[in-house]
Amino acid sequence: MTQDQINLAIANPKMSARDVNVFYGEKQAIKRVSIDVDMDNVTAFIGPSGCGKSTFLRTLNRMNDTVASARVEGEITLDGEDIYATSMDVVQLRARVGMVFQKPNPFPKSIYENIAYGPRIHGLAASKADMDVVVEKSLRRAGLWEEVKDRLHDSGTALSGGQQQRLCIGRAIAVEPEVILMDEPCSALDPIATAKIEELIHELRGRYAIVIVTHNMQQAARVSQRTAFFHLGELVEYGVTSDIFTNPRQERTKDYITGRYG
Amino acid sequence: MAEHTIKAFDDEIDRLRGLIAEMGGRAEAAIENAMLALQRQDLALAAEVVEGDKRIDAIEAEVEKLVIEVIALRAPMANDLRDVIAALKIVSVIERIGDYAKNIAKRVPLIATNKRLLEPMSLLPSMGQVAAEMVHDVLNAYAARDPDLAQAVVDRDAVVDDFYNSVFRTLVTFMVENPKTISECAQLLFVAKHIERIGDHATNVAEMVYYAATGQTMPERERGGTEVQAEI
Repeated sequence: MTQDQINLAIANPKMSARDVNVFYGEKQAIKRVSIDVDMDNVTAFIGPSGCGKSTFLRTLNRMNDTVASARVEGEITLDGEDIYATSMDVVQLRARVGMVFQKPNPFPKSIYENIAYGPRIHGLAASKADMDVVVEKSLRRAGLWEEVKDRLHDSGTALSGGQQQRLCIGRAIAVEPEVILMDEPCSALDPIATAKIEELIHELRGRYAIVIVTHNMQQAARVSQRTAFFHLGELVEYGVTSDIFTNPRQERTKDYITGRYG
Repeated sequence: MAEHTIKAFDDEIDRLRGLIAEMGGRAEAAIENAMLALQRQDLALAAEVVEGDKRIDAIEAEVEKLVIEVIALRAPMANDLRDVIAALKIVSVIERIGDYAKNIAKRVPLIATNKRLLEPMSLLPSMGQVAAEMVHDVLNAYAARDPDLAQAVVDRDAVVDDFYNSVFRTLVTFMVENPKTISECAQLLFVAKHIERIGDHATNVAEMVYYAATGQTMPERERGGTEVQAEI
C-alpha cells in the first residue's frame, strides 16, 4: 500500500508533518507519520487507546518538550516553517497553535481574567478598553458571552463543566491562534454540553485550523471533514470523513470503526 | 468476517440476513407457483400464492423495524452500515416482486376461462423460470456478499427483456387472428409485463448487493439492443 492510497492530498496545508517518529525512551510511540492539515476542514484523529493519536497531537505544538524522555524526529512545519528549529520561540508557537484539554482547566481566577491572561502576556491589548473588546469577542466566539456577560468577575471554576470547557476554548482563541488542537475536549461533558462544543467547533471552522482527538467515533463523524485513523503508532488511513465511515480502504480501519477491533 | 466485540450486534445482523433469505425464498416460490398455476389452470394453487403474499409483507415490516433498531442502538459504520441500508432497500424490492407474483396468480382465473391453453402461452413458463432464477441467484449473491454473482444476475436481465419483446409480438399477432381471445390475451400481456418487471427488480437488488459488498456502485452495463420495446 503506497502512501498515496492511505493519505490525502491537501492543497494548502497549514501544518505538515513528514516522517515523524516519536520515542519515549526506547519505546517508539509514533512511526513515520506524514500528514497535512488545512484551515478549511476540521481534522479528527481517531484510534484505540495507546495508538499514539494524542502523542502525535502534542508534537504539533511541542507539548512533548515537557516530557523529559520524549524525542521527536522528522519535520513538522507551520506555514512552511519548521517548528522544531532552534530559532522557533516555543511560547510564540503555543500562542499560534493553541490547545484545549480533556478536562476543563480554567485558572482559579475570574472569567474575565481567564480570557485576559494570554492577551496580556503576549501584549495584544494596549488598554483596559482594548482588553474589554478582546474578552467580549473571545467569549462571543466561544459561544459563552450571553451566559456570562453579567458575571465576568465571578470565578471561572464556578461555571458548569461545559461552560468551563467553552471558557478554555475562549482562552485559546483570545491570543488569536492559527491552529487549535483539542485533546478529547468533550470526554468529561454530558451530551448537551458536548453538542454545544461540537456546534462551536463547526462555527470556528475556517477561521482556525482545528485538529481534534476523540475516542468517540460518532463525534469524529459529526464534527470533522477529514479523519485520520491511528493504530500502533502508525497513521493507517487518512481520508474524507464520509469515506472513512462508509467505505474505509484499510481492513484495520474497517475493523475499528465497525467495532470488530481486538 | 471477524465478529463484533459486541456479540448481540452479530446476532441482530444474522437475524436480519435470515429474514431476508426467508423473504426471498418465499418470493421465488411465489413466482414459480404462480406460473405453475397458470400453466395448469390450478385455481387453488393461485389462491395459495395470493394468500402467501401476506407473509412476505409481514417480513418486510419486521425487517424495517429491526433495521431502525440496529441503526438507533448500534450506530453501524462502513460495511455494516451499507449492509443494513441495503437490507432496508432490498426488502422493499422483494415485497414488490411478491406483489407481481400475486398479481400473476390473480389473473389465473381470468385466463383459465378458455379451458384450453392459448398458443402464445408457450413462452411464458421459460420466461418465468429465468426471472425466478434471477431472484434465486441474487439472494445467493446477498448471502455470500458476492459482487460477481450480483453482476451475473444483472447481465441476465437482457434475456427476460428479449422474452418479453417476443411474447408481446406473438400475443399481438395472435389477437389479430383470434379476436375472441383478446380478453385472455390482454391478461397474458400483463403477466408477461409482470415477469419483465420482476427481472428489473432482481437487477435492482443485485445493484444493492454489489454496493453493500464493495462500497462502489456497479459499473454501468452495456445494453445490446435489448431494451423493452413496448410498455403497457
